[in-house]
Amino acid sequence: MGSKGMLIDMTLCIGCHACSEACKAENGLPGEPGPKLSDTTYTVVEEYNGTFVRRLCQHCQDPTCVSVCPVGAFTKTEQGPVLYDESKCIGCRYCMQACPFQVPRYEWSSNNPRVSKCIMCAPRLAKGLPTACSEACPTGATLFGDRDELIRIAYERMAAEPDKYVQKLYGQQEVGGTSVLYLSSVPFEQLGFKTNLTQAALPQLTWNVLSKIPTVVAVGGVMLYGIWWITNRRDMVQQVEAQQARGNHAASKGGNHVPEPVHQAEERI
Amino acid sequence: MARRFAFSFWKIMAGVILAAGLVSTVIRFTMGLGSSTNLSDDFPWGLWIGFDVLTGVGLAAGGFTLAAIVYIFNLKRFEPIIRPTILTAFLGYVLVIMGLMFDLGRPLQIWHAIIMWNPRSVMFEVAWCVMLYTTVLALEFAPVVLEKFKLTRTIALLKKISIPLIILGVLLSTLHQSSLGSLYLIVPDKLHGLWYSSLLPVFFYMSAIAAGCGMVIVESTLSSRAFKRGVEVHLLADIARVCVVVLGMYATLKLMDFSGDHKLGLLFQPRMETYFWWAEFLIGVVVPMVMFVQQKVRTSPSGLMTGALFVVVGFILNRMNVTITGMEGWTGATYIPSWMELSVTVSLVTVGFIVFAYAAKYLPLFDHGHGHEAPDEFDIVRDLNTVSRTS
Repeated sequence: MGSKGMLIDMTLCIGCHACSEACKAENGLPGEPGPKLSDTTYTVVEEYNGTFVRRLCQHCQDPTCVSVCPVGAFTKTEQGPVLYDESKCIGCRYCMQACPFQVPRYEWSSNNPRVSKCIMCAPRLAKGLPTACSEACPTGATLFGDRDELIRIAYERMAAEPDKYVQKLYGQQEVGGTSVLYLSSVPFEQLGFKTNLTQAALPQLTWNVLSKIPTVVAVGGVMLYGIWWITNRRDMVQQVEAQQARGNHAASKGGNHVPEPVHQAEERI
Repeated sequence: MARRFAFSFWKIMAGVILAAGLVSTVIRFTMGLGSSTNLSDDFPWGLWIGFDVLTGVGLAAGGFTLAAIVYIFNLKRFEPIIRPTILTAFLGYVLVIMGLMFDLGRPLQIWHAIIMWNPRSVMFEVAWCVMLYTTVLALEFAPVVLEKFKLTRTIALLKKISIPLIILGVLLSTLHQSSLGSLYLIVPDKLHGLWYSSLLPVFFYMSAIAAGCGMVIVESTLSSRAFKRGVEVHLLADIARVCVVVLGMYATLKLMDFSGDHKLGLLFQPRMETYFWWAEFLIGVVVPMVMFVQQKVRTSPSGLMTGALFVVVGFILNRMNVTITGMEGWTGATYIPSWMELSVTVSLVTVGFIVFAYAAKYLPLFDHGHGHEAPDEFDIVRDLNTVSRTS
């Protein structure tokens, strides 16, 4: 069983908001779906010049939020959903800062705030059911299934009607791929999508540096200790030489074997 | 007794600031972040992260820089200014932790980072660096307090582990300063190209060392004025030289990085970000370099102070640019801190000044080095007799 996903074909969406209402009911979220994602709205339908765009967590294949969370409150399940465990969260909001799609919302008015976002109906998936939003969609604009299968369907649609579709499956490559995929008849950048996102998964960017920590500590530690060893010994030698010189001075006043380097050493101190 | 309490301007200012900070603190912890800050879903990190944490840690960099100079490179002539510098760093880190307690949504769960590990997270590295380096700084400063209470046996014990401790402190600082830059490696699309670079950790590290040098000069000058001591001009002049070298390396690497990534054009676009970048670069890098290369500036207390202030202000601008200016464009948000965020930040700085002043009054911060640190000559002779001089 491969990882699941959703294909959102924006040419089929009629903007009925059935998905966001079903989402509210399924997840027990209060209030009506607002115009934007919020701490009580996991998905919304936005309109751009007659085209309806559904927003929700993209459930990245290699999620940035999972990698940045210091306490591991986020996990990517094998079935596809990216889940958040509020009992671990310390509230640093690095997930919100780092998410390339600006999805996680925060309970700003709470004194014990949680991060909130779509969980791709993980409890339903575990029971073998599709997501609530895809089930509620009357036109099939949101299609639930295996991600690989959805990619195949998307390419079939683009090939069958090349004049209708923009030849791009959004989410296939973006930041290493996402479980939620989009098809459109309007260029994505006109629909509020970030089209210049990096193709590689973002966690690698920080791992490149984090993976060097053991080297920095080991090499740096040896180097610092070595420098101390050298400078400290030089100091001690200088002091002894100074001492001996003084001793020689006292022993043989006007003697002819006062060590030359001593004066230089003393000047340097 | 009221007669003895002089209501100077600064005392009244401090009182007003702390009162405002107290009100904000109550609002923050009873009504949450939404009521007390101007943060939003589109702009989740603001002044408390940008200034209290990112800038605060950087300004504490004088601690590890000077510790390395005095104890690793054995340049003992800098010893007279090591104690106030370590104290500044320690207070800085304590204030960073206090700032974090304000900013974290669930501050009571801060300890989770100790047992719930995610080594892939830069924030996890940051959390451990804060914990460990604050401990190291406390141990580095402990002898000053112990001396006050004449606990010589504990001092002797700490002295035995002092070199490994200093080395650990330098390593942790290196990791911590750079990791604050690494935090932003994960937002290649969000952070404006003037600041985003794969070398962010290196830039954060180098600029922190420069700012640390600046802070050593500022803090030494201020305390010499406050406590009517002479300024150690010859020492501070050498610190200023180090500062020039580090700033020079920083500027070179920065410009090479721009040309390497074909981003030099960004420096001349008529945009808000460009103006802020130039302000940061001119104030924090160019002006202080031009000043500090001149001997007449380095040998004048006011010249040193002015140059160092430029370094520090430019550094603050840089960190605020990374956290705020550079992030606003992509997110489409505008963020201006609320008066409550500002008052908490200014209060924390004020608390730092007050604690430092009291420490300077009651602890042997400045008047050491006339005996207890002087090496026992006989000990050294005895030690050296067992070491071959020709090895």
